[in-house]
Amino acid sequence: MPTFVNPTACNACAGEHEGPLCVYICPNDLMALDTEANKGFNQEPQLCSECYACVKLCPQEAIHVRGYSDFIPLGASVQPRRVEGGLTWTVTFRNGKVLEFTYPSRSTPVGSSEPYRNFTEDPVDDLKGQGLAGESLWLGVDTLPTIHASK
Amino acid sequence: MATPTVETVECDILIIGGGMSGCGAAFESKFWGSDLRVVIAEKAVIERSGATGEGLSAINCYMGQRYGWNTPEDFVNYVVNDMMGLAREDLVYDVGRHVDSSVHLLEEWGLPIWKKDDGSYERIGRWQIPIHGESIKPVTAEPARKAVGRENIYERVSITHLITDANDPNRIAGAVGFGVREDKVYVFKARAVIITTGGASNVFRPRSVNEGIGRTWYSVFATGSAYGLMIPIGTEMTQMEHRFVPTRFKDGYGPVGMWFQYFHARVTNALGEDYTVTRDDELDKFPPYGRAVPTPTPLRNHQMFLDIQAGLGPMYMRTEEAMQKLAEGDPEKMNKVREEAWEDFLDMTIAQALTWASQNIEPEVTPSEVNLAEPYIMGSHSGEAGAWVSGPEDLAPPEYFWGYNKMTTIRGLFAAGDGVGAAPHKFSSGSFTEGRLAAKAAVSFIRDNGDTPTVNDEQVRHLHQSIWAPLDTFETHKGASTAEGVNPNYITPSDALVRLQKIMDEYAGGASAWYTTNGPTLERGIALIEMLREDLAHLGARNRHELLRCWEVVHRTWVGEAHMRHLLHRQETRWPGYYYRADYPNLDDANWRVFVNSTFDSASNKWNLRTRPYLNVVTSI
Repeated sequence: MPTFVNPTACNACAGEHEGPLCVYICPNDLMALDTEANKGFNQEPQLCSECYACVKLCPQEAIHVRGYSDFIPLGASVQPRRVEGGLTWTVTFRNGKVLEFTYPSRSTPVGSSEPYRNFTEDPVDDLKGQGLAGESLWLGVDTLPTIHASK
Repeated sequence: MATPTVETVECDILIIGGGMSGCGAAFESKFWGSDLRVVIAEKAVIERSGATGEGLSAINCYMGQRYGWNTPEDFVNYVVNDMMGLAREDLVYDVGRHVDSSVHLLEEWGLPIWKKDDGSYERIGRWQIPIHGESIKPVTAEPARKAVGRENIYERVSITHLITDANDPNRIAGAVGFGVREDKVYVFKARAVIITTGGASNVFRPRSVNEGIGRTWYSVFATGSAYGLMIPIGTEMTQMEHRFVPTRFKDGYGPVGMWFQYFHARVTNALGEDYTVTRDDELDKFPPYGRAVPTPTPLRNHQMFLDIQAGLGPMYMRTEEAMQKLAEGDPEKMNKVREEAWEDFLDMTIAQALTWASQNIEPEVTPSEVNLAEPYIMGSHSGEAGAWVSGPEDLAPPEYFWGYNKMTTIRGLFAAGDGVGAAPHKFSSGSFTEGRLAAKAAVSFIRDNGDTPTVNDEQVRHLHQSIWAPLDTFETHKGASTAEGVNPNYITPSDALVRLQKIMDEYAGGASAWYTTNGPTLERGIALIEMLREDLAHLGARNRHELLRCWEVVHRTWVGEAHMRHLLHRQETRWPGYYYRADYPNLDDANWRVFVNSTFDSASNKWNLRTRPYLNVVTSI
């Protein structure tokens, strides 16, 4: 199965969150809680796109990916670890070769965005114009381009 | 199975879907309508939902107006040629003129964009800028969540149907759906609705056969609900015959744009030949688009397809050749190129990195197979299926304008992203922008129209019963068989999906049919898909997870049927490399440089196909 959960590492996010974070985040409703074992599992592995949303979020680093059985030979792994402002990836080849890469993913602190900071448009007077919110600040050119349509 | 409780949500604007378009709509709507209640309904969680949830390695729609790189006119010229002559110039221009502001905002919120030493954006193509985009979706979702307020985001709610006004079938009134994680059905009553849900993966039988069917090129969570919601209420659709067949790294479907445009890699066949050289003459068969620069995407596919069909595969992306050339023997340069190459996959298609590692592929040493994928039906990337919408007032000729930008033919129903037809090449940034444009127009619509639609409660009750029916069907009939999966009274959602994919693959020109079909084959396929649509009333679901899959396959089946009916109507081969009508093998500009539009009438269960004229608004192509 594409994602799989290491049962010795998974604690179902006990006491830390309202429920397992993998179940919370999975975009395709795949990760579920096995209530008897109290462990997360992938309930429909053939519809897993290996997007790694759960892998990146798991606080225990308990979730891994065993590549698609119809075309991925055994033995390799690609595992991320969240670091300040980005991710470090460990890529392990079938032949044992290991590569490590670190890439940034966000340049601002999480939660710091301010939706309409310094916007100057007027929500009433400018509603019928063509400009979008904040474009006087963010479009990058002084005037919104238009054409003269043959009406 | 428990009887679901009913939750009623009343709002001014309902945004269906929380992907790039939906987040753009949420952000924009609350600026212009801070007093309005704006609600998002999303089947997952907006931080990782939609096609960009996994991340992206590039923004593919950026004009760079402030650098003088491109004008919106340049963009329209490029798009019309790439689409072999068919795109709504007003809609494409509209995205082009606004999109830079969206990209700059994403950067302000925390999206890291690669920079040159002088601080300007790095480029990997005329419209493409590279990003460290692993977190593009959470970065986009954060201000959207702040704008509308956490309490107005209904996550893990799957929308199944739109509803129209009790007294006016051409006026939107809201939507119904169900809780994926709770025994609950919803009715959302809204004065305006914005469809921002996805195009369709997994309508055609995929090349993969087992677990790998989850590794669709376009997001596996994109189930065609943009179309599956709009078609049944009679929304006019356009270009549903269009499809995109991506050339991608084989099986893992890793992106190739960076390899072609930034690393300047070639693809060669078993003989070491480059099809863009050996098949150059082929481009003369499709004037005037064949000689456009760059060569339109379908024609590049077509050239490669001829090689594959002639038995000249495998086709290899010559990564080793390109990387060695860029490194010039310098180990430090090679390290940089290697890091960039792996980031391209790790930011957005991690499975491709795993494919390389599992097959011991070091791209600086070993070339890598590419292939043509199964077809996808969408409106945001290189596809142009979607709703027929009004253009903006200052750009659209009267034939393309009915009051509010991005409004469909249903009053108060707006669309963005995959939902808007004939407006391709938006990608992430353009979809976000189109969501913003639709939202501003929706606020304007509400300001001008004080009415609150009337919801037919009886219709809602009926729809709620239909939504829950697969669970009841399973419970009622499971005793008729000793095996849950084999029962004469119901079909499972996975059975229905496989049946849809087989019909589409074999009758509508899927990968195993060499992307080829003809009129009689399509007519046969339509007869079979009509029976499938009837059988979907007998879906059985063991739990809510399967109930989600049931409604996804219902939406996908609407897409498949619309696709075949449009393919049948267009009597030419407009996009060789995407599909071939064997009975009309030529591109026929004289008769078919028009949009193919359709409406479905639920009362008579009939489709109405027609054409709409192509009007040059910007280009003289």
